[in-house]
Amino acid sequence: MSILASGGFWAFVGVVAGIYTILALGLQVQFGFAGLLNFGQVAFMAIAAYTMAILVVKEGWSMWLAAALGIAAATVGGLLLGLTSLRLRADYFAIVTIAFSEIVRYVATNDTALTGGTQGTIALGRVGTASQYNGQWSSFESGVEHALGFSSSDATMLVIVWFVALVLLLLTWLGLRTPWGRVLRAIRDDEEAAAALGKNTFAYKLQALALGAALGGIAGLFYAWEFSFFSPDDFQPLLTFFAWMILLLGGLGRVWAVPLGAGIFGIVFAGTRFLNFAPFTWFGSDGRAYLRLIIIGLIIVILVLVRPQGLLGNKREMVLE
Amino acid sequence: MPVHQSMLVAALTGMVATAALAVVLDFVLWKPLRARRAGFMSLFLASIGLALILRQALLLAAGSQPRSFAVNPYRVFVLGGVRLSEAQVIAIATAAVIIVAVALFLALTTVGRVLRAMADDRALAAIAGIDVGRATLLAWLISGALAGLAGVLAGLVEYSFDPNFGFELLLPVFAAVVLGGIGSAYGALAGGLALGLAQEVSTWSGFAGGVNPVYKPVVAFAVLAVALMIRPQGLFGQARAG
Repeated sequence: MSILASGGFWAFVGVVAGIYTILALGLQVQFGFAGLLNFGQVAFMAIAAYTMAILVVKEGWSMWLAAALGIAAATVGGLLLGLTSLRLRADYFAIVTIAFSEIVRYVATNDTALTGGTQGTIALGRVGTASQYNGQWSSFESGVEHALGFSSSDATMLVIVWFVALVLLLLTWLGLRTPWGRVLRAIRDDEEAAAALGKNTFAYKLQALALGAALGGIAGLFYAWEFSFFSPDDFQPLLTFFAWMILLLGGLGRVWAVPLGAGIFGIVFAGTRFLNFAPFTWFGSDGRAYLRLIIIGLIIVILVLVRPQGLLGNKREMVLE
Repeated sequence: MPVHQSMLVAALTGMVATAALAVVLDFVLWKPLRARRAGFMSLFLASIGLALILRQALLLAAGSQPRSFAVNPYRVFVLGGVRLSEAQVIAIATAAVIIVAVALFLALTTVGRVLRAMADDRALAAIAGIDVGRATLLAWLISGALAGLAGVLAGLVEYSFDPNFGFELLLPVFAAVVLGGIGSAYGALAGGLALGLAQEVSTWSGFAGGVNPVYKPVVAFAVLAVALMIRPQGLFGQARAG
């Protein structure tokens, strides 16, 4: 049990919760405020992370410029997805988003010359060299560590991720209190009524999709920086489902419910590693990994069944239809 | 051939098991959701959670190692210039028989008409004196058994399979259903054929040099995207969800 007492471990859980907060915040904008059922959110993480890593390793760009372009690429990805599929019926749209994220992962896996293929970012550079995209991030992180007077890079990362997450939460919260945010909610509740009032509902939905995509992109950058390496396998549809669980746990249509859901998710996901008593000891470590995902699936199903508005959601404002 | 006989028994047992599972899931999950008048968003999310549970349970019970059925992959049948493996012959013949049988069942029998009436308008069917509960149970039994059979056939054709192979099948299935139009059985058939043809033709070198075969799934979705821009409800779908 010694790892439970280790600050580094809990800092890691906190960092993961912070990254998922940003990822799920994107879903909250798209679904909680615009009613768009997006099951391909992980694709925007992948697009931003790969754009950043490729520009740094292959083109020698400054990492910050490459990161900005990564977010821009994720946003453009959201716009392209929306332009081609937002006019579809909602159930078709949901299916197309899963397909979109799988195609992104498929291209990342197979276009080895561009992405390094299944070997991941380590194979981005020339043959025989192990490529690195986060040298600039490491020096930035140690600079922050020094300025804060910290002695652990885990704690520093925790502060950076949550600082950014809180700024993004605040900006989203403020943005949704503007007339723009009110139109978005009107479209979610009754699209025809909003259209009858002269609102271009397509443009609003497209903006919400692109904004959520940008947030997904930022989550992807932090994912890349936290783990210093990634491959197409890191962007399985499972990550999107985790983000949905966070959204459902926290509550629909509530910006500040997202970090609560992400916190619970982090504890469930990391905490279930310590189920080392019967009956869990009957299974090996593989078995316990499967059990952990069964628990996550159960939480999703039970929430849909008994509390479709989420823990903090307001039943009168929004229930999962 | 004793091997084939025992496989037939095993396949039937598998179909009974999936049919029973479908009925159990209706009672614990779908029925309560119907009672709450849950819309498709709830159904979509619940089914994604359920898929996660079932797949991980399968991994827990059976492990992640690939398995294969005891068929000889090198035995080839030649039917008028077309070379087919034993597994392909079994799969194509079974699928053809089942498709015709289901079509006849839906079109000609009373139970088939009851099911179609219920799909059209559940409330109206109930008012007309149809036992909606029993018909729903029957629908789950049939679809559960057919899904189980499809799993066995897909395992035969793919030769090797593991608990994740259902997810790999999901995208082509989605693409076929969306192209054909959700809710249309014949649409799914036409959509599946059209996408399969488009995928294979795209790799032919006479066709603009041919696409790299690894991108066949991407070709399927490109076709789907273009088709949906022209006809957003799918080839045979209705313009609005009922």
